[in-house]
Amino acid sequence: MQAAIKVEQLSKTYNNLLAVDKINLSVKCGTVYGLLGANGAGKSTTIECILGTKTADSGTVSVLNCNPQKDRRRLFQKVGVQFQKGNYQPEIKVSELCEETACLYEAPTDWKSLCEQFGIGNKTGNAVKSLSGGECQRLFIVLALIPNPELVFLDELTTGLDAKARRDVWKILSELKHKGLTIFLTSHFMDEVETLCDEICILKQGKAVFYGTVEQAKEVSGCEKFEDAYLVLSGEEVGE
Amino acid sequence: MKSFVTLLKNELKLNIRNMNMIIFAVIMPLIVLVILGFIYGTKPAAEGTAYTFIEQSFGALCCISICAGGLMGLPLVVSEYRERKILKRFQATPVSPAKLLAVEFTIYMIYCIVSILTLFPVAILFWKIKIQGSFLLFLGSWLLTMVSTLSIGLLVGGIAKNMKSASVIACILYFPMLIFSGATLPFEVMPSAMQRIISIFPLTQGIQLMKATFLGLPVENGLLSVITMCTVTIICFGISVKYFNWE
Repeated sequence: MQAAIKVEQLSKTYNNLLAVDKINLSVKCGTVYGLLGANGAGKSTTIECILGTKTADSGTVSVLNCNPQKDRRRLFQKVGVQFQKGNYQPEIKVSELCEETACLYEAPTDWKSLCEQFGIGNKTGNAVKSLSGGECQRLFIVLALIPNPELVFLDELTTGLDAKARRDVWKILSELKHKGLTIFLTSHFMDEVETLCDEICILKQGKAVFYGTVEQAKEVSGCEKFEDAYLVLSGEEVGE
Repeated sequence: MKSFVTLLKNELKLNIRNMNMIIFAVIMPLIVLVILGFIYGTKPAAEGTAYTFIEQSFGALCCISICAGGLMGLPLVVSEYRERKILKRFQATPVSPAKLLAVEFTIYMIYCIVSILTLFPVAILFWKIKIQGSFLLFLGSWLLTMVSTLSIGLLVGGIAKNMKSASVIACILYFPMLIFSGATLPFEVMPSAMQRIISIFPLTQGIQLMKATFLGLPVENGLLSVITMCTVTIICFGISVKYFNWE
């Protein structure tokens, strides 16, 4: 199977602090890949280097066979990115934000039906700032899916969503995956990772401490529950 | 092209919702016109001149919106988008920096056009102004002044680190130019020593050119003014696109 994302020996330093240390990743097309780790473990930096919004100190990144910095405009026709709250114009309405996003792509999805699908169809006339945390989060997933992407980056996918909304989002994403979408996500919810991810990578202080499947993580750590396995592997286990 | 139109439509709506530019670029020039109209009416600019005071000041009135948009509005909106990481969101889309800048640039051009379209009928209707020189030359001078001043704003917005530094630079550029270039206080009422100092502002040159073409006066150093403004425009456009910062 072809790799949607290929990262080799990626390193990035901020003011002498090694944020990402020689990470290797390979994400197969049509799979869901989870990047896990505590806050400050280097997840966001890794994603930004893959997207090309930050320049790595060393290592190579290839996304859908493109160099994300050199081929930016071609690449982002096929890639959707979910941002964490706040990156929108202060007075903008949901419909305007969706329209403004959709117009940038050659073949966008119908954003109205995406909004319906994610349960914010009746909110399109509202100002984005008036949405609740959960609605906002769903809107940002919608925005990431508007390009009709081959690959989507979802950062802290369901943070702020209630139990029902999370299940709904999982279901939609699973369907999209079956249609061939590749998903790269970060999450702090291990049930979500266990449900969605085909492969994971656990980061600890900028280093990758585990690569493999959820099952393999449980085996290696000797834990029955994935959440325990994650805590053991990421070195965050709380002493008894 | 379709994306340009959609972006323009949405960004213009957001900009109007904000109201700042409606006040500073459209209403304020009208107020200044009305005040000058009440003070000077249809009196000639000086003893024995063939043109009225309002006619003499008309070019300067058209520059208030140009100043407001180019030296305050445009730099602040671009740097605000950078600070709020809206540009960063755009970075992860196929849009080019040139297109985003062109959209914002066009919005402020629209304000300037609306301003001149409201000033003309009011001044004609109430104070009977007439273009004594050439309408086309006046329009050309106005266009050149607008594009060159807006391009300075684009440069400031395009490369300022954050909103605060953009706002400081904007203030340093805006207030002296607005007050002393002849846009609010008529150039003619200032002492001649001061006139000499403020002639170095690019906006002053634009206003003088507009005045001369409006009144049909001989244009002094016209070519130099045109070349200066064109050079400023090209340099500012080039730098702001080439050294554009998403973050």
